[in-house]
Amino acid sequence: MTRTCLRMLFVALLLLGGAVHAQAIEPMPFKDHAQELRFQHLTHQLRCPMCQNETLADSNAPIARDLRNQIFKLMQQGKSDDEIKQYLVARYSDYILYDPPLKPGTWLLWFGPLLILLGGAGVVWAAIRKRKRDGAGATTVGEIADDGEDW
Amino acid sequence: MNRLLPFIGFMLLVGLFGFGIWWNTRHDPNAIPTPLLNKPAPAFNLPKLYEPAQTVSKADLLGQPYLLNVFASWCIECGVEHPVLQAAAPTLGVKLVGYNYKDAPADAKAWLAAHGSPYALLIADESGQTAIDFGVYGAPESFLIDARGVIRYKHIGPITPEILATKVKPAIAAMLKEAP
Repeated sequence: MTRTCLRMLFVALLLLGGAVHAQAIEPMPFKDHAQELRFQHLTHQLRCPMCQNETLADSNAPIARDLRNQIFKLMQQGKSDDEIKQYLVARYSDYILYDPPLKPGTWLLWFGPLLILLGGAGVVWAAIRKRKRDGAGATTVGEIADDGEDW
Repeated sequence: MNRLLPFIGFMLLVGLFGFGIWWNTRHDPNAIPTPLLNKPAPAFNLPKLYEPAQTVSKADLLGQPYLLNVFASWCIECGVEHPVLQAAAPTLGVKLVGYNYKDAPADAKAWLAAHGSPYALLIADESGQTAIDFGVYGAPESFLIDARGVIRYKHIGPITPEILATKVKPAIAAMLKEAP
């Protein structure tokens, strides 16, 4: 009996928690469900300029609320996702995009990991070659084991 | 030599992380560079804080340079910046225009009454709509706008005496030298 009560209370609390969370972001008068989905998709790709670890969709900062309203307004005017992104980039720079565009300023960001990977591969390759060369001349197991100690 | 390799790798990492820490003490990692630098300031038409019936547009302010300071009574760092602006305003060399951002006019007036006003002109953007065109995302922010209405410099965050001396004043001097 008490267990059922507790379980019901738990479920009620869960539902309440969900409701409170939903209230944090004010509802908007969307034309239809498709537009709402498009809005959600778009705002999840954009970064809140104030609290840069949150998307525009999640953030409760005043500027995020203003920008959500502005995006909604632009959508009502029939602007495409790209046009809305351009509108925001013109004001808040590429920082607003979670997916930074490929351009000279972001080459290091895009290709840096590849460079590090290639560098690492080079080191491993050189090490293997060296070990093979040393290993070819060596006849005893002890020498090979000694060489391995360095790594 | 081989024995030293891990140590060298470690020291390279120490250098890299040390550089990161040093860089972040010199730069605000949250400051977003404005794409509007050296571009015409966005057009605006906003009511005056003390005479809401009158509006001020970008065209009204053309002809002389000004420092547009975005502030609000709810903004704590604006209180830090305020005495600096008050001390600097008479010798700034340009007009100081106050841009009251997302503030209830009554709150803004009470705040200015309590702290004093360094501003030659005060405009109010209660909804924050125009501020989006300026790329404002918080307060305080300051824009140096020249006589032709071009944004010459932007500072995000409070203007400290150090920022004033090393950034704002040189930017004003460079602007005034170029276009007397």
